[in-house]
Amino acid sequence: MWSFFHKLGSPPWLYAISGKILQWLLPVTLLLLAVGAVWGLLYAPADFRQGNSYRIIFVHVPASVVALAGYYVMATAGAISLIWKMKMADVAMRSCAPIGAALTFLALLSGAVWGKPTWGTWWIWDARVTSMLVLFFLYVGVISLYEAFDNEVAAARACAVLSLVGTVNIPIIYKSVDWWYSLHQPASIKFTEESSMHSDMLAPLLLMIVAFYCLFICSLLLYMRGEILRREGTTHWVRKLLLDAGDAHAV
Amino acid sequence: MSGAPLLPFLSACLRRQLLLAFRRPLEIANPLLFFLLVVMLFPLGIGPDPRQLAEFAPGILWIVALLATLLAAESLFRVDFEDGTLEQLLLTPQPLYLSCLSYVLAHWLLTGLPLTLVAPLFAVMLQLPPPALPALMLSLLLGTAVLSLVGSIGAALTVGLKRGGLLISLLIIPFYVPVLIFGSGAVQFAALGNSAQPQLLVLGGMLSLAIALAPFAIAAGLRISVDAG
Repeated sequence: MWSFFHKLGSPPWLYAISGKILQWLLPVTLLLLAVGAVWGLLYAPADFRQGNSYRIIFVHVPASVVALAGYYVMATAGAISLIWKMKMADVAMRSCAPIGAALTFLALLSGAVWGKPTWGTWWIWDARVTSMLVLFFLYVGVISLYEAFDNEVAAARACAVLSLVGTVNIPIIYKSVDWWYSLHQPASIKFTEESSMHSDMLAPLLLMIVAFYCLFICSLLLYMRGEILRREGTTHWVRKLLLDAGDAHAV
Repeated sequence: MSGAPLLPFLSACLRRQLLLAFRRPLEIANPLLFFLLVVMLFPLGIGPDPRQLAEFAPGILWIVALLATLLAAESLFRVDFEDGTLEQLLLTPQPLYLSCLSYVLAHWLLTGLPLTLVAPLFAVMLQLPPPALPALMLSLLLGTAVLSLVGSIGAALTVGLKRGGLLISLLIIPFYVPVLIFGSGAVQFAALGNSAQPQLLVLGGMLSLAIALAPFAIAAGLRISVDAG
């Protein structure tokens, strides 16, 4: 168990194992995405009130769910890097931020596109929309703080502290935005809750959520591999790797 | 853990902060002037209609107080970071928790408290109904303390950076959201003639949580900044 934990801290080992994982996870992800998208967009029944426009749910909900989960992955990586000073946890944290920000942006964008036909407007200060917007700024804050430091070790530690502060704050922010929304807005907008969905719609949605989780892991591993190569660029094993790759290419 | 007893240490730290601040009285006035200036901008921007102003007053007052606190927080550790005081402080045997708390307390005494005291004046200028004044002051009293604590985390993380100014806003404003919601909510409730007690209690809860946890984050931030500098 502990030897596995120690191996996680080794860049060449992580690079090698992530390559092996990606070899089968990437095709699985693409398959899941393709099946989920075709099922959801073509074969799932249309909503009787929203018609076909509800199908944005198959992108919107998975993106939102994974965007939120991504923050906790980032904060966990941050905590690991603070406690055990593990370089690879820094890499994971650093890689989570842009992916999470992109997913949050996708969730907001798809929400706006969905809002136009359903609510009649691109943007509504709904509790969940506002929370997602705050989450987007939390991600952007971590990215900007990382970029602002010249010293990479200090950058990682500062971002770890910031993301941990964010972890404490996210539930408070969510609860207060919920409270604010129920106070300020009339509850005139109702749209289908997940729990009241018919199983013909729910099944492709769940499939898409799983697919998005896999996509998140794949992007994270790919991003981490790039980041490892960038950081370890001067080491022996990376040079050997690149030379081998060059030879293979030449052959 | 040894060294000087803790309470005298805390009061010595605090005395030093306040003494340094009182040597530059104009800097104490700056957040208040900023507060007044921005309050002046709102009627110019949204029109002088008293009813409209009264409706927006809780939000305006709270947003401006929030920005004033944030602006003041940005320079909280800067001078001490540049002249090496902070490094000395990190080396003392006393818990960093207390020295961080003394910085925050000084910051609050110099920004949050004066803002709270002058807020009724600006509230009258914005036509806020008089019954809402106690709620405004109480919510600012509790809320600005939370703002100081949370803002200091951002200040500690960015103190070593050249371009900290805009960055700290980006880092900290998301964390200010709950305080703003409950702070202006308290004033709005009171303006409508309801009791603001629930919101004030929530603000009090946030303050307790922030006092307990924020100094640890500030201390960690300062260590990182000093190590990197």
